[in-house]
Amino acid sequence: MTQPLLSVRDLVVEFPTRRGTLRALDKVSFDIAEGEVLGMVGESGAGKSITGTAIIGLIEPPGRIAAGEIRLRGERIDNLPEDRLRRIRGKRIGMVFQDPLTSLNPLYTVAEQLVETIRTHLAVSEREARERAIGLLDQVGIPAARRRIDDYPHHFSGGMRQRVVIALALAAEPELVIADEPTTALDVSVQAQIIDVLKDICAQRGAAVLLITHDMGVIAETADRVAVLYAGRVAEIGPVADVVKSAEHPYTRGLMGSIPTLTQTGDRLTQIPGAMPRLDAIPPGCAFNPRCREVMPRCRTERPEPVARGGGRQVACWLHAREGVAHG
Amino acid sequence: MIAFILRRLAQSVLVMLVVALISFALFRFVGDPVASLLGQEATAADREALRARLGLDQPVFVQFLDYIGRVVRGEFGISYRLQEPVMDLILQRLPATLELALISGFFAFVFGVALGVYTALNRRGWLSNGIMTLSLIGVSLPTFLIGVLLIWVFAVELQWLPSFGRGETVEIGWWRTGLLTDSGRRALILPAITLGLYQLTLIMRLVRAEMLEVLRTDYIKFARARGLTNRAIHFGHALKNTLVPVITITGLQLGSIIAFAIITETVFQWPGVGAFFINAVRFVDVPVMAAYLMLIALIFVVINLIVDLLYYVVDPRLRVDRGAARH
Amino acid sequence: MSEQTEQRPSALRRAWDSDLAYSFRTSPVAVISGVVAVVIILGAVLAPWIAPHNPFDPRTLNLMDGFTPPMQPNAFTGNVYWLGTDNQGRDVFSTILYGARTSLFVGFAAVLFAMVLGISLGLVAGYRGGWVDGLLMRIADVQLTFPSILLALLIFGVARGFIPPAYREIMAIWVLIIAIGLSDWVQYARVVRGATMVEKNKEYIQAARVIGVHPARILLNHILPNVMGPVLVIATIGLALAIIAEATLSFLGVGVPPTQPSLGTLIRIGQGFLFSGEWWILAFPAVTLLALALSVNLLGDWLRDALNPRLR
Repeated sequence: MTQPLLSVRDLVVEFPTRRGTLRALDKVSFDIAEGEVLGMVGESGAGKSITGTAIIGLIEPPGRIAAGEIRLRGERIDNLPEDRLRRIRGKRIGMVFQDPLTSLNPLYTVAEQLVETIRTHLAVSEREARERAIGLLDQVGIPAARRRIDDYPHHFSGGMRQRVVIALALAAEPELVIADEPTTALDVSVQAQIIDVLKDICAQRGAAVLLITHDMGVIAETADRVAVLYAGRVAEIGPVADVVKSAEHPYTRGLMGSIPTLTQTGDRLTQIPGAMPRLDAIPPGCAFNPRCREVMPRCRTERPEPVARGGGRQVACWLHAREGVAHG
Repeated sequence: MIAFILRRLAQSVLVMLVVALISFALFRFVGDPVASLLGQEATAADREALRARLGLDQPVFVQFLDYIGRVVRGEFGISYRLQEPVMDLILQRLPATLELALISGFFAFVFGVALGVYTALNRRGWLSNGIMTLSLIGVSLPTFLIGVLLIWVFAVELQWLPSFGRGETVEIGWWRTGLLTDSGRRALILPAITLGLYQLTLIMRLVRAEMLEVLRTDYIKFARARGLTNRAIHFGHALKNTLVPVITITGLQLGSIIAFAIITETVFQWPGVGAFFINAVRFVDVPVMAAYLMLIALIFVVINLIVDLLYYVVDPRLRVDRGAARH
Repeated sequence: MSEQTEQRPSALRRAWDSDLAYSFRTSPVAVISGVVAVVIILGAVLAPWIAPHNPFDPRTLNLMDGFTPPMQPNAFTGNVYWLGTDNQGRDVFSTILYGARTSLFVGFAAVLFAMVLGISLGLVAGYRGGWVDGLLMRIADVQLTFPSILLALLIFGVARGFIPPAYREIMAIWVLIIAIGLSDWVQYARVVRGATMVEKNKEYIQAARVIGVHPARILLNHILPNVMGPVLVIATIGLALAIIAEATLSFLGVGVPPTQPSLGTLIRIGQGFLFSGEWWILAFPAVTLLALALSVNLLGDWLRDALNPRLR
């Protein structure tokens, strides 16, 4: 079996506060294969963004990676000193943030920001960097790139700005691109375009994508596999088609049921009662147990570990544990 | 852009008019100008003549316009205390104040920015914490106390520097400068530090706060995610974005330096415009007070105008976009 | 059947456990500043009772006692003074107590004036909106471009000009308070105006108007608790600034009259004796002023951080 591009094992991220230590991620594990698009989905606060931030090493103190491993092509990157990490960022792992308006420095032109990024990682002349930059802008679909490259960020519309951001993230040819809610701040009409741009340019370069979003529809359209996060833990992972059609974790099933589709019959979307617990009030056992319709006594006391279900699927739920009594 | 300039100009003129009104009221209604100018022995006829000549028999509104007319021409009347034209007295003392203000402003800006950047980038170092603590004290220390303490240490105890006056000065045309003589330069040191220290603390804390704020922004986060070097991030991106608001605020501070010069000049007996004004307040020398009022207002209004325009030039977001594509 | 009733912790206990008190207890800076400030304030308030002498009663002065260094017996009279005496034989410790008293009186009064003025204007601006609001805010903007000490100086100077010479000394302290207060009302107004605008559009205000109750009173009841935090921070730092402003003006000779010296006046007097070696006449008032201003400033800083929800 080929080595995965990115391998995350039992990742724990903690934030010490005056009232005690909060665990934003509690033993999260997953892999990303080369060139694949892994969607990461979950409610606000489930830990999706933190996962992305942890991988690229940008967790702000006092937050920290408390345990676990992150490996890029087999080498550990979670415990590297800052200057080694810096060389990985941009060059091997790129990141796209949510808000294109605030992601770009308003006082520099697009050309200046692109050229700077390119020349930081590649030994090229200023002119060659500029040519590359123009090429990048072309690829992300900015019309008249040669002319517009000298404009300031505020001269571009939201969708165009995000394309510039994508170009910047890919400027140094990374192997993995982490996209943290790349379309949430954009108009609905533009969202699909940007996802397409992202997918195309990554496919062209063979870069893998960790697509973080709360929008299940985007995942269904774009991702190869999907990881569902709940309260800082992985509930379920699997190929997108499988998870969407036949989810195994009760939470995932609830999520799928709450997405309106054209073929749906009936007049009500399913709702999951209750709300995701706050980080300082996570119940013992399975984090989902207070809201689960199929809860068993075991769920309230023991936390389920992820269990392989074949076909690349994993579920963390006592319903599907081999040793446990499966619910009929 | 034109609309913007016109609006600001109109605002400035309005402020000046209000200040002129107050000055005029001072002039007209405080004490009796005629008695102050003529003294006790003048006859009634003399008083009437002076009254007519000063235009005091005209309606108030006309007098006000007349006042404005004279002010614009730089005629502020005669000082009650020194019996000389106010404008001349002010012009004589202006170089001393301006020289002091400029030197201290320069000192405050350079060191303020340097220390601000250092304490922002080295947040947790012991030197940073020490500097920040000292700066807190600096904000609580009144300017006059700084001056007095400096005099105590450097002039009385150590006897390194003079405790009052400008030292020897050299006249260049209308300007009288102390920068060309050794004693002049040494006399500048303590007053410049006194005047500049408050500004330095302000600038330093401002630069630090602004830089910390900038370092938290998304575009800095994105820059780090792109793997840019620390130097590029701190001095290329963060510093530039920090300096934009800092420069404008510093420009605004220039006006207050000129105002605080009043205190410093009094402490060091510096023969400038500020000390002159304090004496005028103490003796209720109205023409001088009125003139100073107008002068200060003018300086502040002009500085604010320039700073507003400067901001406009430096921050490209405020410029009018020709053909900004909207698609 | 026994019912266990849980005692609700007493108000004092709750205050002690509150976030604010916790923040205070765990911040050494806040505690030290608080103690220093309280000590000085108490000293000033109780001055008439605890000062060893009344330095401003000419009958108690003995010129022969003049220029006595601290803790050393006077060459002529043999009296010992803790902090020495000045040129007129006044006990420096007593002059500091009375000086602080004057300084604090002016400071507190000026802040009170500024607060009342600022809150009222803020309420009016926020409630009325329209041109009243526009005008007030424009005035505020213009005023903010001038440093407040300069404003206080100008207001004081101009006001004194309008007062006939006979009354100038008596009115000096009140004019000073008003001048310093006037130079500093803007921040209070801004905070209250913002809060007023938020509350104004809520339904209970409309309801009040229908019933006939004047909304301004209701606004006050609802806004004041919300803005108390920021207003307190502004007031604390404002107190430090007012004290410094008064000291500066008095030092310059355009503040409190010589019959009621404040710490600023004392420093001015002290500066004159630096070169002749009687350092204590300057040193102790200077230290007191510094300690007072610094401690109040630090308290204000701590308060601002403690009440800032973003830093929790």
